This record gives sequence, structure tokens and C-alpha cells, in this order.
Amino acid sequence: MIRFILARLVKAVVILLAILVLNFTLIHMAPGDPAAVMAGEAGATDEQFLEDLRRRFGLDQPFLVQLWIYVKGAIQLDLGYSYRRGMPVAELLWDRLPATLLLTGTAFFISIILGVIAGVAAAARQGRWGDTIISTLALLFYATPLFWIALMSVLLFSVVLGWLPGFGYETVGANYTGIERVIDIGRHLILPATTLGLFFTAVYMRMTRASMLEVSRLDFVKTARAKGLKPRVIQRRHILRNALLPVITLAGLQAGQIVGGAVLTETVFAWPGIGRLMFEAINQRDYNVLLGVFFVSAAMVLLFNLITDIIYVLVDPRIRITQ
Amino acid sequence: MIKAWKRFAQNHGAVIGLIILLLVVLVAVLGPMFFPQSPWRMVNRPFLPPFAVDGVPLGTDAVGRDVLIGLIHGARVSLMVGLVSTVVALLIGVPIGALAGFFGGWVDDALMRFTEFFQTIPSFALAIVLLAIFQPSLFYIILTIAIVSWPPVARLVRGEVLSLRTREYVEAAILSGQTNLQIILRQVLPNALPPIIVLASLMVATAILLESSLSFLGLGDPNVMSWGYMIGAARTVLRTAWWLSFIPGIAILLTVLALNLIGEGLNDALNPRLTRRSE
Repeated sequence: MIRFILARLVKAVVILLAILVLNFTLIHMAPGDPAAVMAGEAGATDEQFLEDLRRRFGLDQPFLVQLWIYVKGAIQLDLGYSYRRGMPVAELLWDRLPATLLLTGTAFFISIILGVIAGVAAAARQGRWGDTIISTLALLFYATPLFWIALMSVLLFSVVLGWLPGFGYETVGANYTGIERVIDIGRHLILPATTLGLFFTAVYMRMTRASMLEVSRLDFVKTARAKGLKPRVIQRRHILRNALLPVITLAGLQAGQIVGGAVLTETVFAWPGIGRLMFEAINQRDYNVLLGVFFVSAAMVLLFNLITDIIYVLVDPRIRITQ
Repeated sequence: MIKAWKRFAQNHGAVIGLIILLLVVLVAVLGPMFFPQSPWRMVNRPFLPPFAVDGVPLGTDAVGRDVLIGLIHGARVSLMVGLVSTVVALLIGVPIGALAGFFGGWVDDALMRFTEFFQTIPSFALAIVLLAIFQPSLFYIILTIAIVSWPPVARLVRGEVLSLRTREYVEAAILSGQTNLQIILRQVLPNALPPIIVLASLMVATAILLESSLSFLGLGDPNVMSWGYMIGAARTVLRTAWWLSFIPGIAILLTVLALNLIGEGLNDALNPRLTRRSE
């Protein structure tokens, strides 16, 4: 188990290093002077400032030396400086990360739980109207643009009905503390987390349904039926346990998309996370921040992957034996 | 082939999807001929609601542009980007998957590590970074979408080639002295086609969603009207003019839904074995 996790960690580090190389290459492939790219719009006019940047990052030296300077900096958590905001990128990201982790984590769990429940329910009613309704809803959510469903839910639940706050992380100026603050943030979290999770709920539902139906045709399920076990027990103990494995694998693979989707959700709901930061950086052409968000979101994906890997090993004892 | 078409036609969802898609294609191809005026031109007062004034049936946006004209021109952009970027993604993914599956060994190892890397990194964030650095234009948008969507193709093709290359007819082709390239192009790939077609139809849908999301964030080609741009531009006036976000969203939803339905229908029609197992 420990060796397995270690192997995964090594792989994650290799991927992160590869992303740093990719980031660096992108800065150099961008049209124009790399120093100007790093400075963003802020320093585009000041020649002295660009000269300082060139010296600091060794831009007059060979490519590989520059790469080494960049990677060495990144390992020490120096992700560059946002000249637009007058702050180190790492500090900006650190400030915004908790909000994004809260949002994506909540959306991830909502979608897995709802998706599995809906998938099991649909599989149990295969071919009947219950299945048709659940499957059609899943198909609809699967085809709806995330940012649009976010806008429409703001319109319905916030503007028209007035049930939930439509933007922000907490009520500005209310100065809630303790439990009141938690409730306030929770109320702000409901809409963004649900809309972000809807697409993935549909994905997990379809997967669970297909997987349940496939497992239910296996021999050991027939044996369980022949023993006279109740259908409910068979469904939960025999089928669901085995059907969950591919769903867990898929959950890990989808983690990257949830983190990416956070950019859209945070933009619509003015949620102060790294996704919103990325949107602001697009408009300001603040490349250091863009590359920093890309790097951190990749790290988040690797973290989600590691968690699902560990869950997988815990759920399926066969893997432990072969390790 | 006829059998496959019959199975497709029996699937109600797939037929509905095909009808919707044909309508969208018709609008995209013929629409701009009937409404050649630029979608960027101001035609009337801003913020006209739908059906309020004759001549602008879907109303006008925040600067008085005709929403219907925008929708028509947007249809062309969405379909074009979806289709071309999928073709480009196939051009990247099919060779990589075919080489990995056919040669195995270190070639397979290296190519699959490469594919895995692209599958792990958050594709939407990568797309944003690429477009922000290379300045959005239709060319770069298509290229970017292809770059983030080829990995599933490579994996699928690799799997198919792995299972096909040990078949007897492939061994016969090797014995008859055909070159590796000939065998891959003439013997292996044609037989791997059905699952690739199914995947491609779903990829067009994903590409359209991706394009609209990027335009929504302001990373679309500033010279072409697209559905995502229309929603992005209307975002700040959601409270006062909700229909400006609502209408283009429905257009995206219907198009993507149609493509998904067609993809499922194709899957049932072309891979009957698989379907029976998963039903």
C-alpha cells in the first residue's frame, strides 16, 4: 500500500515538472519578447523594467539555463510576480485556493453521491418510466453548457425567487462569526456547487447504470438469486459493490474537468477562487497568473487522482493482493 | 451497412437528434445567404424583447444588434469549429494510437506516457492558457480544441489495433510482404472504424461546448459572432434582459443534445454486440 502510494507520488512529481517545462516553453513560443510576456500589460512600455526582467530570468542566456532558472524558482514555490496586481503569484494563489477547494470538493461529492443513487435507481427500473425520466434528465444535463446552467440558476433561484444569494462567497459587510458565518458561506455555496456538479452527476449516473446492469448479469448474482436472497440485498451487497469500481476510476479521470469547470462557475457566481482569478487574468493578459493557475489546478487534479486511487485500493482487495 | 441504418432508424432518440442536427446544418448553410447582413450591425434600439417589434423577431442585444442574425451566423461557427477541430484531433490521435498499438514495446510506452500526460492535465485550463498566449482566432481556437481532445482517440485506436493486429488476415498480409504502413492503413484501421466514428460524433458535441465556453470567457475570435460570445456579452445584463442569455443557450443545448443522441444511435447501430451486453 505504501509502495503503491509512493509510486503514484513519484509519477505526480514527474507530471508537475513536465508542466513547468510546458509553461516555460509556452512563454517562449508566445509572439513577442518573453520579458514582455512575463510582465503582461503592466510593463510593456518601460524598457528599463524589461531589462531588469531579462537579467533576473537570464533571458540573454541559453535556453536550457533559462529553463533551469525557471524550474528552480518554481520548486521553491516562486511562480513569478503579477505586475498587474503587485503581488507574487504564489501568494495570490494561496489566498484564493481554499475557496476553490471548497467549491470543487463539494461539487465532486455531491455529483458522486447523487449520480450513484440516480444510477442505481434507474438500473433497478430498467426500461420503465422511472428509468426513462432519470436517463432523459441525465442526457439533458450532459448536453447543457455549464456556464449557461449557472446563469439560469442565478436567474431562477436568486433573481426571480430570491431564495439563495447569486454571487459572492459570503454576505459583504455582515461580519458574521462562528456558526452564523458557516451557514452564510453554505448558503452562498449551494448554487455554484450544484451547477458545477450537475454535469458530473449525469456522467456518474450513466456510468453507474451501465455498470449495475452489466454486473447484474454475472454468474454470482444468479447464485445469490438462487439462494433466495431478497432483491434489495442482492442489489446493495452483490451488484453495487462490484459496479462501483469503474465509477471510482471514472471519478478520478473526471477530476481534471471539475477543476476546469470551476473557472466557468466561479466567473458566473463571482466566487473568489483561482478560477475567478484566471478569468480576471485573461482580460488583463496577466500571463504569470494564468500559468500559475494552470500549474496549481494540475496539482489539484493529481491530488484528486491520488485520493481516488487510494479509495480504489481500499474498496477492491484484489488490487492489494497483486501489489 | 443497411442493417446498421435500420438499427439506427429504430432508435427514436437518434432519429430526433438527426432531424434537429439537419435543421441546424440547414440554418448554418443557407441562413447567411438569406440574411447576409453582418451580425455586428446595429439594426434597432437596444434591449428590444423578442416578438416586440416587427423585423427583429428575437429582439436586439445591449447595443441594438439583431439576436436572430447572431444566432444564424453563430450556428455556422459552432458547427464549423466542432467539425474541423474533431478532424484535427483525429489526425493527431489516430496515428499516435495506431503506432502505439501496432509496434508495441518502447514506442507504445513512450506514446502512451505522452497521451497520459495530456489526459491528466486539466484540459480547460490548458485551453485558456494556450488561447490567451496565442491571441484568439478561429485557427488557434480549432487547434487548441484539437490539442486538448485527442487523447481519448489515441487510447481507443491503440486498443482496437492491439486486438486487431493478431487476427489471421493481418498475419496473412504480413506474410504476403505488405509494408507496415500498408497493413496499418489498409488492413487494421478500416476495421477499427466503427468505434472511431461513434467517438468522433460525441467529440463534435464536446468541441461545440468547449468553443462556447471559451467564447463565453472572451477567448473567441473577435471577428466572428458565436453563441458563446452572445451569452458572455449578455451576462452582465442578466437581471434586465434574461432572454439575451437564454436564447443562445437553448441553441447550444439543442445542437449538443442532437449530436449526443446521434452518437448513442450510432453506437447501438455499429456495435450491436456491445449494446446487447450493456443493456
